[in-house]
Amino acid sequence: MLSVTPDILTDLPWGQLLVNGLALGSLYALTAFGIVLIFKTTRVITFAQGETAMFSTFVAFTLLTAFQLPFAVAFLLTMLFAGLFGALIERVVIRRISTTTVLNPVIVTVGLSLILLGAAGWIWGYEIRTFPDPVVGPPYHLGTVVVSQLNALIFVVTLVLMTVLFAFFRFSPTGIAMRAVAENRMAAQLMGISIGRMNALGWGMGAVTGMLIAPINYLDPSMMGDVALKAFAAAVVGGLTSLPGAVVGGLLLGIVDSVVGFEVPELRNTIAFALIVLVLVVRPGGLLGRHETKKV
Amino acid sequence: MHWVRTRGRATAPYGLGLAAVLVIPPLLNIIPGVAPGYVLYLVSLALIYAVVAIGLGILVGHTGQISLGHAGFFAIGAYASALLTLRLGFPFVVAVLVAGSVSAAIGFLLGLPALRLSGPYLAVATLGFGLAIPQLVVWQSSWTGGSSGLHGLPLASLPLGAFTIVFRTDQDYYYLAAAVLIVLTIFARNVVTSHTGRAFVAIRDSEIAARAMGVDLVRYKTTAFALSALYAGIAGALYAHLLHGISPEDFTVLLSVDFLTMIVLGGLGSIGGALSGALLLTFLQNALTRLPVVHDFKNLYIVVLGVILILTIAFFPQGLAGIARNSRLRWATRTLDRPAGAGQIVELGERSGVR
Repeated sequence: MLSVTPDILTDLPWGQLLVNGLALGSLYALTAFGIVLIFKTTRVITFAQGETAMFSTFVAFTLLTAFQLPFAVAFLLTMLFAGLFGALIERVVIRRISTTTVLNPVIVTVGLSLILLGAAGWIWGYEIRTFPDPVVGPPYHLGTVVVSQLNALIFVVTLVLMTVLFAFFRFSPTGIAMRAVAENRMAAQLMGISIGRMNALGWGMGAVTGMLIAPINYLDPSMMGDVALKAFAAAVVGGLTSLPGAVVGGLLLGIVDSVVGFEVPELRNTIAFALIVLVLVVRPGGLLGRHETKKV
Repeated sequence: MHWVRTRGRATAPYGLGLAAVLVIPPLLNIIPGVAPGYVLYLVSLALIYAVVAIGLGILVGHTGQISLGHAGFFAIGAYASALLTLRLGFPFVVAVLVAGSVSAAIGFLLGLPALRLSGPYLAVATLGFGLAIPQLVVWQSSWTGGSSGLHGLPLASLPLGAFTIVFRTDQDYYYLAAAVLIVLTIFARNVVTSHTGRAFVAIRDSEIAARAMGVDLVRYKTTAFALSALYAGIAGALYAHLLHGISPEDFTVLLSVDFLTMIVLGGLGSIGGALSGALLLTFLQNALTRLPVVHDFKNLYIVVLGVILILTIAFFPQGLAGIARNSRLRWATRTLDRPAGAGQIVELGERSGVR
């Protein structure tokens, strides 16, 4: 059993676990953010988010290795690809399925993730590859805590992306339009706002996560399986309807994951699952989400 | 005349099914070029999956509660029976029944938080459950055998008064799996046509309306979960003894998705659909491994699975059962010289299915 005695509590390298957890949590938060964006605009929770991210990461890998592009260029091209790819998925598949039952979107996005998984395995194979490191250099030391260059990059990218996105949603006309879509889809559509764009952004976010996770986890078609589950947990824990909730949920889960992973690595998914159930039983709408009352 | 037809329709599939069960083994011995043992093993596997599919169908198709974690219940049943027979020396029959009960009890417990979750939230929670079970198995490796699993399970046997039937060959086990499936199919049919089944459907169609009509949500939702877990648990136990060994790798998320694909393909809300979906998918999976051109079977199967899911939802939301129902109605109304009227009947038939 999980025996957390006071002795162990003081022995844990808390600072290090916190930093690692926040880095991991940032990645969960980014993926969760995409899931929430898509959910808010289409009422579809995408079980394909992890797989689209994986697919985009393979595209990035190809750009980096076969075409020898610099990381920043590959990064931007991949985001562009992921956005277009997401828009395509939305147009060809998601828009066509009826959302009269909650089962349909779940089944269809699960189907989508299977197709992407199989296709990636087909194109790139299952051998585990090392993804080129976006940054190289000695780690930073903050007292006893070691922050690798990669983790530092993850913090910077997450912080910048979040700031840009929050500013975007707060101040730009497009961002405000997108919030209108999230608020009331039909009314927004009637006002002439495009739903597709917000979706594309949601899918594009996945690509960022994939490219930041691949250097840590290596690159193979199943690399996002674990991360996607945690991102779901994060999105659900934070509240599927709340963008800040996704960030809070992601960071929380990252820290829990890092501490549990240090103590009993076998139980990381189990704890994530227990956390989802616990939060949902207490707050069915998630920590920051609204619980939706069902209309008759 | 009317009652004759309805009676005929209700019993004919059972007669056909029973006939098929009895005819398959001798038929296999006649056909040249097949190994009857292997085919019967494969059919047994399909029948075991069909048990899971029927149980999952009650939960998803009839009650409208999604589960992406049924491989978890399947694993619980398999491990419970394997541990009971190997470690504690329980007789096979007792082990299977206890395995089913343990799984049902856990299903009941999972049903409790599910009362407050709906749609996507429930899907995520059950997905997590399905992932957690194999991890717990690996974690408790001292008695579950960890990631190498449990092997050397005893032969299945059934004590009957003074003597005992031992299921030695693939053919024996095939009869056992078929018998269990038949009993559980009839039981499922009785459940869904009883007041319990109507309560399930009422919950699926509108929870609020069901509650207003006096349907006890707590009772019926947990019942649906427990019942569905019972089926998966019994099937898991049969699976463990079919293979004589299990490991955590047998119970992946992909297996849960397999189960879901079976009932979606067969048609949600139809027992016959779940059955045919399970048989079809198992044989399809096996047929794909035999394609000479495919080197990479796993990828092909995964892609095919995804395509089946999307195409079924997009074009045949009622699955094979819906197609069968429509063609039956078209056949029944073929003599009517009123195309418009015939069309209406077909549409009514579609509407009476799952929404």
